[in-house]
Amino acid sequence: MSHVATKTDYDLLPFAGEHHEELSFVRKYIFSTDHKTIGKQFLFMSLLFLLLGGTLATVMRWQLGFPGTPLPVDILPETMAPGGIILPEFYNSLVTMHGTFMIFFAIMPLLVGVFGNLLIPLQIGAADMAFPKLNMFSFWLAVPAGFIMLASFFVEGGAAGAGWTSYAPLSTSGEFTGVYLGQQLWLISLFLLGFSSITGAVNYITTIINLRAPGLTWFRLPLTVWALFITAILVLLAMPILAGGLIMLLTDQTLGTTFFKPELGGEPLLWQHLFWYFGHPEVYILILPAMGIVSEVIANGARKPVFGYHSMVFAIAAIALLSWIVWGHHMFMSGMNPRLGMTFMFTTIVIAVPSAIKVFNWLGTLWKGNIHFTTPFLHSVAFVALFIIGGLSGVFMASTPVDIPIHDTYFIVAHIHYVLFGGSLFAIFSGITYWYPKLFGTLMNETWGKIHFIGTFIAYNLAFFPMHGIGLQGMMRRLYDPTLYAYLQPLQPWNVFISYSVFVLFAFQFIFAANFLLSIWKGKKAGPNPWRANSIEWSAPSPPPHGNFERMPVVYRGPYEYSVPGAREDFILQTDPPDSSVAPHHTSASTSH
Amino acid sequence: MDWLLDPSVSTFGPDIDRIYYIILVITGAVFFGTELLLVYFLFRYRHREGQRAEYIHGSTKAEVIWTAVPFVIVVVLAFMSAPVWNRIKNPEVFPADSYEVMLTARQFEWETRYAGADGQFETADDFTLLNRMNVPVDRPILIHLASEDVIHSFFVYDFRLKQDAVPGMVIPIWFEAIQTGEYTLGCAELCGTGHSTMDGIVAVQPQAEFEAWEATQVAARQAVLGGVLASLDIGAEAGNGAVTSGLAEGAATPMHEHGDF
Repeated sequence: MSHVATKTDYDLLPFAGEHHEELSFVRKYIFSTDHKTIGKQFLFMSLLFLLLGGTLATVMRWQLGFPGTPLPVDILPETMAPGGIILPEFYNSLVTMHGTFMIFFAIMPLLVGVFGNLLIPLQIGAADMAFPKLNMFSFWLAVPAGFIMLASFFVEGGAAGAGWTSYAPLSTSGEFTGVYLGQQLWLISLFLLGFSSITGAVNYITTIINLRAPGLTWFRLPLTVWALFITAILVLLAMPILAGGLIMLLTDQTLGTTFFKPELGGEPLLWQHLFWYFGHPEVYILILPAMGIVSEVIANGARKPVFGYHSMVFAIAAIALLSWIVWGHHMFMSGMNPRLGMTFMFTTIVIAVPSAIKVFNWLGTLWKGNIHFTTPFLHSVAFVALFIIGGLSGVFMASTPVDIPIHDTYFIVAHIHYVLFGGSLFAIFSGITYWYPKLFGTLMNETWGKIHFIGTFIAYNLAFFPMHGIGLQGMMRRLYDPTLYAYLQPLQPWNVFISYSVFVLFAFQFIFAANFLLSIWKGKKAGPNPWRANSIEWSAPSPPPHGNFERMPVVYRGPYEYSVPGAREDFILQTDPPDSSVAPHHTSASTSH
Repeated sequence: MDWLLDPSVSTFGPDIDRIYYIILVITGAVFFGTELLLVYFLFRYRHREGQRAEYIHGSTKAEVIWTAVPFVIVVVLAFMSAPVWNRIKNPEVFPADSYEVMLTARQFEWETRYAGADGQFETADDFTLLNRMNVPVDRPILIHLASEDVIHSFFVYDFRLKQDAVPGMVIPIWFEAIQTGEYTLGCAELCGTGHSTMDGIVAVQPQAEFEAWEATQVAARQAVLGGVLASLDIGAEAGNGAVTSGLAEGAATPMHEHGDF
């Protein structure tokens, strides 16, 4: 840094945060341009989809645990479950829509839409996003996308049933699945959602580059902002590829093109290449922001600086770069040239390295800490514990010969749920409880938060860990009735056990829902900095007003200055001037070179 | 919870299983090491009155170690895996002198086609089996895998063999069974409403038994052909091609060997 700003320089600067005009109800709560309101809108929308995705999972688990037994509650129409017995075509829709809702309408908007919107301006000391109206547009594109996806359940032929990956040619023609309009609505909905994500990404990137508070150098950014920044770049580059594939598939269905139709010269594998060229960066879109959240919360709980801040940033960047050259590992069994399989094995297996770096740095952050077991901290530690499992199971699949027996089995189902539920969703629970004060001004109830955590952690592992085992015994994914295979019948007690665990897991989420909703009104008033944290958002009121800060924040140090020797408290806000606390000489230097 | 694989009965099965167990031991050690350390740190450094965390930003030495060690381990694993993968999946190094069959998947069944008396596929003397494949033991079997409609996936757990069947492609795969018996063939790729009903049997027979069975099938097919030709009274020269065997339309699909894409 060549110029060191003083506090008084910036007191004179105009700042959007000073303008407080009264807004109409519609402008304030519905068509709002305030990034926090948009974040809340994404939050309520994606939590509803999370609940729906979970509900679909329980219905699937009923069929898998008790094939052919009528559902205990017979409320589904004849076209889905006549007499309460789930039809195979409806089961395929459940498989498809559970994955679709969870990935595109729950986890992705929770991480990117909610935390991106809430945290980026607050953590970089900005009044709002660079393009507030574009931000509003981004949310209101996601809403019709959600309605269209929901509506597809109720059209003739039902919702899409070709899996969340919609492999061609199963997805190109209704004659193969019995689903016509539902599959097209799936494509249109995802196209709109992708458009929404792209506009959001443009906003995030611009905001982070241009609107950082004075003194907030790149290496003073919280790791959440780093993760969201790199994620936004992945979104910006990956979503157009998905959009291209979606349009090709849609025209194959409706206009008679033959991109993916082999009988007319098309290539089914082209869809897989397009889908996974988008899809693997997408996987990291779904985990990088979670890693940012976890780094933040673990440092806060341990009252220690993040161990290896710089290597954490480089690991995020390395994962993001590698994500573009690993897509072929989804296609080891696809008929792609086997030499390519070998190439993709090397790139894929190397991703274990930055993942390991992150895990070791989280452990390093806990080492010699002063650990406070808050609810957000517990969820973040669970993330680390479960991400280790999800990461290690990835090594089995990366090894091409070992992938041969486990590809498309429950081993993969276990792996994806260890990464996306054990990983991403635990980080989301952590992030929601941690930043809840910045959303609603109150804290969630700690006791109920811990009850939810313990129940979820145990039931989660009981549900998903045994899936590794039944996968290793050869149980394929997406089977409507595994008992039809004689060699899978001995595994049926496990399927029953997993189903019961999923029901318990699902039930525990209502504790979270109740705690989340009731704390808005009944929660303890939080005050600006209830977790005694350092980053800029904790210098704003809870919840921050429109415009966030009274005056332009000025940043003097990195985001993780916990337990600085000689300091009065075990935290120092990034915005506290150097003379307000006895800080050692290297607090700013060590994080800004 | 069973982390052990059921025994494999193909020649390359033990190679896959060996790498699986090596990875299991390595990841198992990392799993217990990291998780125990995590639990230990949570206990050891829990908050107590008057305690303060140590102000540590990191350690370059530690970063170098935990970057380099995992890198070496995973690259070694990749180098161990590559030759096994190559042996199983690369058509250029498939064993010579294989017994050849065609296997065609369609919603929701498998059809095995044998070349018949002339040793050529797609001719009138081919004979077929539905949801069943008889093969001799201790001999490499080369399967030309195809699909008529959507993507299916050939999966015989006991052979440790899986390969998607893709419409528009004929994909060669091979295995050599080392033990007689009946093994389940399953579909591992979602292929529509009947996906979970798409099972079949691979019957591995002793050489002599298989040859006897094959001879019976060839003779039966010849007899049928002879009978058909006689009843149609169209003479022997129309033999080839005049009688469809139920799969001729499959041959009309433009097909290419895999590796183009």
